[in-house]
Amino acid sequence: MKNLLGLLISVALGILIVLALDVSESFPDFGSVEVSERVAEEYFDEDNVNEVGSGNIVTAVVVGYRGFDTLGEVTVLFISALGVALIIGSSKNQKRLDLKFKPNFMLKTGSRIVFGIILITSLYIITHGHLTPGGGFPGGAMIASGMLLLYLADDEFRSNIKGFKILEGLAGSLFVVIGLLGLLLATYFLQNFLPTGAVGDLLSAGIVPIIYILIGLKVGSEISGVIDNFLTEEESA
Amino acid sequence: MIQYIAIILFVFGLYGLLTNRNVIKMIISLNIMEIGLFIFIISVGFVYDGIAPIISSTADLGLLYVDPLPQALVLTAIVIGVGTTALALAFAKSIHNKYNTFNLDEVEEKL
Repeated sequence: MKNLLGLLISVALGILIVLALDVSESFPDFGSVEVSERVAEEYFDEDNVNEVGSGNIVTAVVVGYRGFDTLGEVTVLFISALGVALIIGSSKNQKRLDLKFKPNFMLKTGSRIVFGIILITSLYIITHGHLTPGGGFPGGAMIASGMLLLYLADDEFRSNIKGFKILEGLAGSLFVVIGLLGLLLATYFLQNFLPTGAVGDLLSAGIVPIIYILIGLKVGSEISGVIDNFLTEEESA
Repeated sequence: MIQYIAIILFVFGLYGLLTNRNVIKMIISLNIMEIGLFIFIISVGFVYDGIAPIISSTADLGLLYVDPLPQALVLTAIVIGVGTTALALAFAKSIHNKYNTFNLDEVEEKL
């Protein structure tokens, strides 16, 4: 009975959404959007592109035009990592969960080699965030996935969680410091005060790659901390 | 077409959220709803024959690009989604530690 009611409500809502969007005049048909009539037109303006200097327009929007929004986003991630640590508990005598099998030597060594490759790729993605698809958030998530691999492949591995906490705090503070430097050296918070260079060069776009590197370090260390919190438990001694 | 798939995913997630009483399954339903929304928002900015909004020099500016703004907004939303999922899973773990079950009905009986 409950399932039937849920099904009815879901199907009714789906039909309602489809009908409302189908009838609406202002909602464009799929694929036939006029980008030149939207805000996006401004992002592709030559003067604006030279002002931000980022070849990847999505990065220009996320870190350049909406940098303050990204600061809030990083803060939300920080608060959720803090909440996980508070709920699951991070007292001193934590021990990590046991694996259900005994990892052999080959698995441990092989996972360390793969971890190196993952780390190099994620650093490439982070530093090229203003030129290629990617950036701080996917790169940071890749660093954390490498840490998860080490946790799953080695039953004695435990990351230096204190170092991650320090790195995370440092990267977050530097983000705010760069924003305040923009306020001091230029006119408003998070304004670009460095030369932007030529679009498409690695050393271009002023503060955008610096902020994305800081975001990558912060996201990577935060999600690694969350993984450590999930894979440890209080010692029941 | 892809917009219908996105709406169907959203409705699937809502159905799972309404009918399941298992905390983990509820969190996964919430994630499916999120993914449907992300696909829908990105599809709003799609243009036929448009290419990814990445330029290698200012000479490329005349080409036809897809709308970068929905992609940037979805990037923000994905990160928030990761944060809320991690927090929800932490709640689920602490529920399991205390009541030894993930089912909310059984938790209510033990209250």
